[in-house]
Amino acid sequence: MVDEILTIVLDGAIYASWLFIVALGLTFVFGVLKILNIAHGGIYALGAYSTATLVPIFYSLGMPEQLVILAMLVSALAVAIVITPIMERGILRRFYGQDEVLIVLVTYAIYLVLEDVQKLIWGMNSLYVSEPRELLGALEFGSLYYVGYDLALIGLAIFCGLFLWFVLNKTQSGKIVLAVIHNPEISGCMGVNINKVYLAAFFIGAFLAALAGSFTAPLISVQVGISVAVVIESFAVVIIGGLGSIPGAVIGALIIGMARAACVHKLPEAEIFIMYFCMAGMLIFKPKGLFQGAQARKI
Amino acid sequence: MNFFRQCLILTSSFLISLLTFVGISNADGHKGFKLGVVTFLSGPAAEPFGVPAWNGGKLFIKLLNEGKAPAPYNKIGFGGMKITAIPIDESGGATKQVQEFRNLVQRDKVDAVLGYVSSGDCMAIPSVADELKALTVLYDCGTPRVFEDASYKYVFRTAAHAAMDNIAIAKYLIEKGHDISSIAGINQNYAWGKDSWKDFSVSVKKLSPSSEIKNELFPKIFSGQYGTEISALMNSKAKVVHSSLWGGDLQSFILQAKPRGLFKRTQVVFSAGDHVMPGLGNKYPEGVILGARGQYGMMAPDTALNKWFYKSYMDEYGVFPAQPPYRMVQGLMGLKMAIEKAMETNGGKKPNKDEIAAAFKGLEFDSPGGLVQMRLGDGHQAIQPHAIGKTAKDKDGNITVTDIVRYKASCVNPPNGIKAVDWINAGFPGADC
Repeated sequence: MVDEILTIVLDGAIYASWLFIVALGLTFVFGVLKILNIAHGGIYALGAYSTATLVPIFYSLGMPEQLVILAMLVSALAVAIVITPIMERGILRRFYGQDEVLIVLVTYAIYLVLEDVQKLIWGMNSLYVSEPRELLGALEFGSLYYVGYDLALIGLAIFCGLFLWFVLNKTQSGKIVLAVIHNPEISGCMGVNINKVYLAAFFIGAFLAALAGSFTAPLISVQVGISVAVVIESFAVVIIGGLGSIPGAVIGALIIGMARAACVHKLPEAEIFIMYFCMAGMLIFKPKGLFQGAQARKI
Repeated sequence: MNFFRQCLILTSSFLISLLTFVGISNADGHKGFKLGVVTFLSGPAAEPFGVPAWNGGKLFIKLLNEGKAPAPYNKIGFGGMKITAIPIDESGGATKQVQEFRNLVQRDKVDAVLGYVSSGDCMAIPSVADELKALTVLYDCGTPRVFEDASYKYVFRTAAHAAMDNIAIAKYLIEKGHDISSIAGINQNYAWGKDSWKDFSVSVKKLSPSSEIKNELFPKIFSGQYGTEISALMNSKAKVVHSSLWGGDLQSFILQAKPRGLFKRTQVVFSAGDHVMPGLGNKYPEGVILGARGQYGMMAPDTALNKWFYKSYMDEYGVFPAQPPYRMVQGLMGLKMAIEKAMETNGGKKPNKDEIAAAFKGLEFDSPGGLVQMRLGDGHQAIQPHAIGKTAKDKDGNITVTDIVRYKASCVNPPNGIKAVDWINAGFPGADC
C-alpha cells in the first residue's frame, strides 16, 4: 500500500513537472501580453527537434558526456532567440489591442506554419536522442526503478518556477514587468518601454516552451505531431490554475498529474477522462481558475 | 468566294481533326486506371506506417507500369491499363476521411480506392463506399469488426485482421513454455487497441484457464508519455505484458520502458512490433516476442516473390521493408489479380466495379508474405499465414528476430461466418495447425 502511494506520488510529480514547465511559459505570456498562444506547442516541438539535432552533433565532437545538459539548454535558447523576433516583433505586435479571438486564430495559424516548418527542416522521420536519459542512472523506489533523469525533471520544474517568481518579485526588472501586467498604459506613461517588456516576456515564454521540448526529447520519439497533446494539456493546466497565474500553473499541473497517476494505478478506465473532468469541474465552479483574483474595473 | 469556301473547308477540317484527336485522347485516358491511395502522410502515424507503406506502393506501381514485376504480376499496370495513383493523407479523423473518400469517388472519379491504416477510418468508410458503389480495398487496418458486424458489396480487405496476431502470440507463448499465469496489457483506447487486447486475453484464458488478468491499461492514442503506465505494469507483477501499440506511441513506450527494466522483469509481447525496428535499430530491446501482422520483413518467407520485393525495396530506399509496405503491395496485388480475373471473363475490356467485385470475392493470390485467401466475410476478408518470433542480438550486435514459429492461415484465423472472439471462446474449433 505504501509502495503504491509512493509510486502514485512519484509518477504524478514527474508528469506534473513536465506539464508545469510547458504551462509556465504559456501562462506567463498570457499574463504579460494577454495572448493565448496556441503556437506554444509548436515552439515546444521545435525545442525537441533542435535537441534531437544538436545532441548527436555534441556527442560526435567528443565532448564530455556530462555537458550534454548544456547542449540541451543551448538548443532551447537557440529556438527562443530565433522564434521570438519573428513571432513577437514580426507578427503578434501588429495584433496587440485587437479582439482576443482574432489573436488566438493568428497564433493557431502560426502553430500550423511551425508544424510545416518541422516537416520542411526535419522531414517525416522520427529522431531519437535517448542518451541524455542514461546520464543519471536509475534509482530504486519501493519495488520499482525510476530513471534519474525523470526525477531530475522535478528539480528542473521547481527551479524554473522559483526562478521566475524570484525575477518577478525580487528584481527591479521583474517589478517593471508586474507593473506592465497591472496596467500597460500607465506603465508606458511612467517611462517603461512596453515593447521591450513584451519582447522579453515572449522570449521567456518561448524559452520555457523550447526547454520543455528539449528535456522531453530523450523520453520520446521526436516526430511531427508531438505538439498536439502538449497544447491541450497545458491549456487544461492554465484553465484549472487561472490564466496568467504562476502559482495557478503549479497547482493545475499537480492536480492533473496526481489525478492522472491515481487513475492509471487505481481506476485505469477513467484515465482518459480525468483531465477533462478536472477542467470541466473548474469551469463550472470557478470559471476563472483557482488563482485568478478579483480584477479592478477600469473606468 | 472560292477563297472564302477554301478557308471554310480548311477550318472545318482542322476542327474535325482536333475533335477526333481529343476523342482519341479521351479514349486512351479510359484505358488507364485511376486509383485513390489513402494512407497517413502526416502526423504521428506517417513515419512508421503511412510513408513506408506509400513508398512500397509507389515503387510497386512504378514497376507494374513498366511491366517489371515478376509473374504472375508481369502484365503492365492492371491488365494492361497503366495505373495513375492519387495519394491522399489519412490524418484528420474519420469524418474528414469520409469527405476525402467522397471527393475521390465523386470529384476525381477514381476507379478504386485503396487505403486506411486506422481502424476508426476502416469502420467509417465501408458504408459510404457501398452507398457510392465505389470499389474499396482496405489494405492495413486491423479491427475484426469491419466484416464481422456488417457485410459490404464493394469493400474488400486484403490483409488478415488483428485476431490472427493475438491468437498466434497466445499460441506461441504456450508452445514455447512461457509462464502465462498472469497477464497485463497496454493498448490504445480505440477499436484497434480494445479488439487486440480482447482477442489476446480471451485466447490466453482459453489456452490457460488459470491465467489471471492483472492490469488492463488503455491510454489515449498518441499520448507519448507512459511513465505512469510503466509503473502500473511493473507493480502488477504480471508474467506477460501484451501491447498492440504502434508508431510513435510504440517507439516512445520502448524508449521509456527500457531503462526502467520492464523488458527484463517481464515477458513483453508486441502484436505489431516489427515496424519500428528500422527506426529504433539497436535501441529495440532483446527478448521481446513480436508479430509483424503477417510473415513480413525479418519474418518473411524464403520465396522468390519475397526476395524480389525485399531487394527492390532495399535498393530503392536503403532500408529493409517492415509490415507497412508489404501490406500495401499485398492490396495492390489483390486488386490487380481481381481486375485481370474479371478481364478474362469479359473479353479483355476494362471491367466495371461489379465485375471486379465479383472477381475479388473469394480470390486467392500469392504475395511476398505468402498465400492470401479471401475467405472470411463471405469472400471479402483475407486470411494469411502468420509468424511470431523473438528479438535477439546477432553476432555483430545488431537486433534481429530469431526463434520464429510459422502458423498456417487456417490455424490462427476463424472460419467464415464465425466471429473471431466466438471462435476463440469455443476453443478454436476446426483450427488446422
